[in-house]
Amino acid sequence: MLLLDIEKELQFLEEKLTYIKDIFAHKQNENILLLESKLKDFKNSYKNINLAEAKRKLNSLKDLFTFLENKLDRQLTPMDKVRIVRHPQRICLKDILENVYDNYTEIGGQDEYSIDPSMLIARAYITRKVGKKIYNQPVMVIGQEKGHGEEFRNGGSVKPWGNAKALQYMKVAERENIPIHTYVFTPGAYPIEDYPGAAQQIARNLYEMAGLKVPIIAVFSEGGSGGAEAIALADMRLMLSHGYYSVISPEGAAAIEGRIRGKEKASPELIEQCASQLKMTADDNLVMGYIDRIIKEPPLGARPEHFDFFKQLRNEVIKATDEVVLRVRGISLFRYLVLRKLKNPEIYVRWALGAKAKERLLENRYRKFRKMSQHAYIDGRNNLTKIKDKSEELFWAGYSLLHYDILRRHKQVVSQLTEDIKGEIHVLLNRAKTSYHKFMCRFSWFHKRKANVCQLLSLSDWDGHKQETTPYLSPQAKVDKTITCPNASKEGCLDLWAPDLFGEMAGVCSYCGHHFPMEHEWYLYNVFDAHSLREFNQDIEATNPLDFANFSHKLETAKKKTGQKSACLTFEGKIKGIEVVVAVLTAKFRGGTVGAAEGEKFIRAVEKARLKHRPFIAYVHGTAGIRIQEGTNGVIQMPRCTLAIRNYLEAGGLYIVVYDTNSYAGPVASFLGCSPYQFAIRSSNIGFAGPGVIKETTGLEIPPDYHKAYHALSRGHIQGIWDRRQMRANLYQALLTMGGRYLYYH
Amino acid sequence: MKTSNIKELLDKIKENPYKTIVVKTPHCGTIEFVVGEGEEVKGPRGKYKEQPGTLLAYLTRENNQKPLYAQERGIISKIYPFQKGDFVEANTPILEIKHYLTKEEVLELILKETLYLFRAPEKGKYYFVPEIDKRIKAKGCQKVKLHPGEEVLILSRMKRETFLPYEGPEGIIYHLYFKPGQSLNAEDILFGVCPPEDLESIKEVVLKVKSEWEEK
Repeated sequence: MLLLDIEKELQFLEEKLTYIKDIFAHKQNENILLLESKLKDFKNSYKNINLAEAKRKLNSLKDLFTFLENKLDRQLTPMDKVRIVRHPQRICLKDILENVYDNYTEIGGQDEYSIDPSMLIARAYITRKVGKKIYNQPVMVIGQEKGHGEEFRNGGSVKPWGNAKALQYMKVAERENIPIHTYVFTPGAYPIEDYPGAAQQIARNLYEMAGLKVPIIAVFSEGGSGGAEAIALADMRLMLSHGYYSVISPEGAAAIEGRIRGKEKASPELIEQCASQLKMTADDNLVMGYIDRIIKEPPLGARPEHFDFFKQLRNEVIKATDEVVLRVRGISLFRYLVLRKLKNPEIYVRWALGAKAKERLLENRYRKFRKMSQHAYIDGRNNLTKIKDKSEELFWAGYSLLHYDILRRHKQVVSQLTEDIKGEIHVLLNRAKTSYHKFMCRFSWFHKRKANVCQLLSLSDWDGHKQETTPYLSPQAKVDKTITCPNASKEGCLDLWAPDLFGEMAGVCSYCGHHFPMEHEWYLYNVFDAHSLREFNQDIEATNPLDFANFSHKLETAKKKTGQKSACLTFEGKIKGIEVVVAVLTAKFRGGTVGAAEGEKFIRAVEKARLKHRPFIAYVHGTAGIRIQEGTNGVIQMPRCTLAIRNYLEAGGLYIVVYDTNSYAGPVASFLGCSPYQFAIRSSNIGFAGPGVIKETTGLEIPPDYHKAYHALSRGHIQGIWDRRQMRANLYQALLTMGGRYLYYH
Repeated sequence: MKTSNIKELLDKIKENPYKTIVVKTPHCGTIEFVVGEGEEVKGPRGKYKEQPGTLLAYLTRENNQKPLYAQERGIISKIYPFQKGDFVEANTPILEIKHYLTKEEVLELILKETLYLFRAPEKGKYYFVPEIDKRIKAKGCQKVKLHPGEEVLILSRMKRETFLPYEGPEGIIYHLYFKPGQSLNAEDILFGVCPPEDLESIKEVVLKVKSEWEEK
């Protein structure tokens, strides 16, 4: 060993030490101090001792580094892991493409010459040698790229068109019948509304991924909320041991928890506390069941020089793909035997799927996500109710099968025949009637009689006095005060008296049409037929699955204040006689945030709508997004609910979403945004992230009306804006004109 | 206006570089002041002026407590003698803000005093006649000399186009206050004209204001 080699090794160790210090954010740690002092000693002494002695000392120093790295690895806190993931030396997608796959071609753009360089797509292949035969197995690799050109990668924060590009190539993979490997390296999506829109595109990705007929394997390194979900709805979800998967960044959670606004910053202690409370590490997510396996990384996280890790990663993704394929293909017993022997890489599994296997793949995917997060809510139903619900479900399953699938086909033939005969009879009758009238019109007394009859009939036909809906008195209308319209300075609106405004005027400014927020009850009374509402699953209750500090108390307060057990109300009701299933996200319960209970209720409502062949309406009275205190239990509702919606829509259902007040983030970027028919009540705001978050993450100052419904309409995110007072009529119209093919009223 | 007059005007502004803004009640109600005399207040802020200015007072009518915000930056120079809960009529002065003039405001004041302002005679869209339009686009407006009676503008309204002659002293167009094709109301300023001999001195004063005027 030459002196030059020692210096090289020394430099390597120095870099290692800097990395360790970065990871521990310069926290006082005796192991780091020891490494520092030992390195310093060696640095000062190696030139004064002979080469052999220097070599020996260097080796012992290297051993010390290895030993203490292992020790430090066990001391890593969740926030340290976040720092590992964010470190510039962290492995990134290009390293994986170079080291895990045998060959690849970047597609959909190259480096900075791409529609969005933060989304990297490659057509790659894996070569497997089994016996003497060599197989090249093609895959579509999709993932966020942070490195190898940091200046144009946008930190792995993908713009809406980047996610659209990912979706485009996912469909290419489906057409070519090759598996998709996605690598999640994102702190979150770039929250801008420019077409196709952050939220809407993620929703589209989720919806399409729910139905992609090829195996999808996702590997998480940095799974930041919606941005991660855009490519992570997978049949097998693997996670790197030092990665994180969370609903929000620890800093974001700390800002919310500490009620920090503007330029202030949360304390490092609070950030550290939030990181550990959010349970975002691989181990936590494995326990909660949101990932399938953990891929062990080298101590203190994988870096590009860890070639053994890449080998391990390669084996894991191959194994995962094999497993997904084998679960849906071939004879069951054989499948079982092969699955058991999967540890043997000598077994070659063909990754292309047949038609039946593709169907099974989708079923498995739905079941996989359906089973998730069952521990994260309270099912308060007693055994009797559970039996009642189950038997009702069974009854409806039988009834639907009999009524819609078996009898309906025959009924259709009979009814078509009857209609034809009726038509013929009608023509004959009409002819006879006309001849009779022509004959009778010769007599003057007949004209007079006819006019009288018409008048009488028109009077008796008038049904304006009938009460179609139940009257509702808003508590806001009980206050004796005037209200100023927010548009008063611009539109010159005069002050409005609250009892008038929130009573007769339904919260609508009579000068400019601005819609003041009304309680969700107003809609229940004014949109649905009187006495037609029947709530179900009201005993499914939101809880604090992560034991997030102070949250149980906040949740209890919300429950007491609202009388609800979660932010989601589900019920069956009627609109002008048409039976519908409805889910309402109410803003007054924790801002309408969605957690495991809300997701479960939503899915059950969708399943009910499917079972009963009824239209499904989601009325979003307001939602601030996913409930951050539930961590991944909340964010997983995005793919879960979207899968349920897809199942329902593909079966021929009709799904209408109506947004009111403010609707943001996760729910809009998944199960709400994926609806083909989305409408908004006037004066509502729809978006992915609020103005504060946009400014903080992108540095852009957005105009105050950026999220207004009419902008969402002009960008094509929603299909119409409704006046609150017309919602009943508009919904009825929508039900009549957009009905799905299996819905009963067609 | 003579060169000396322009400089005199600037000196005059410099002597008293303030504008007093009298805040009046938009409607009747009971008043409650939030700020005190001598306090500094800010006008609306943000790129889109989305953040309101400093809260000055509350005006309550029919239990509706309405905040009154400062529309300009400055110092509260006077608060009218109303006690908390006093009833005031609409349009009653309640306080005064001493506003230190900004560069743009000083320039506007000077230009309005020194230039001959040609105003829109009626509501409509205004365009320059093609000849002048070409010259403006090619050389800039300060190279265009106007003579009284010369047809300068086309007024487009209700699908009719009327040629407008320039009526004013001979001079060059110093500044345009509108964009061709923009819909304007009657009496809106279209452009300002100055005699060619004053051009240099106006430019000098403008430059002086731009470089020397310190905003507080």
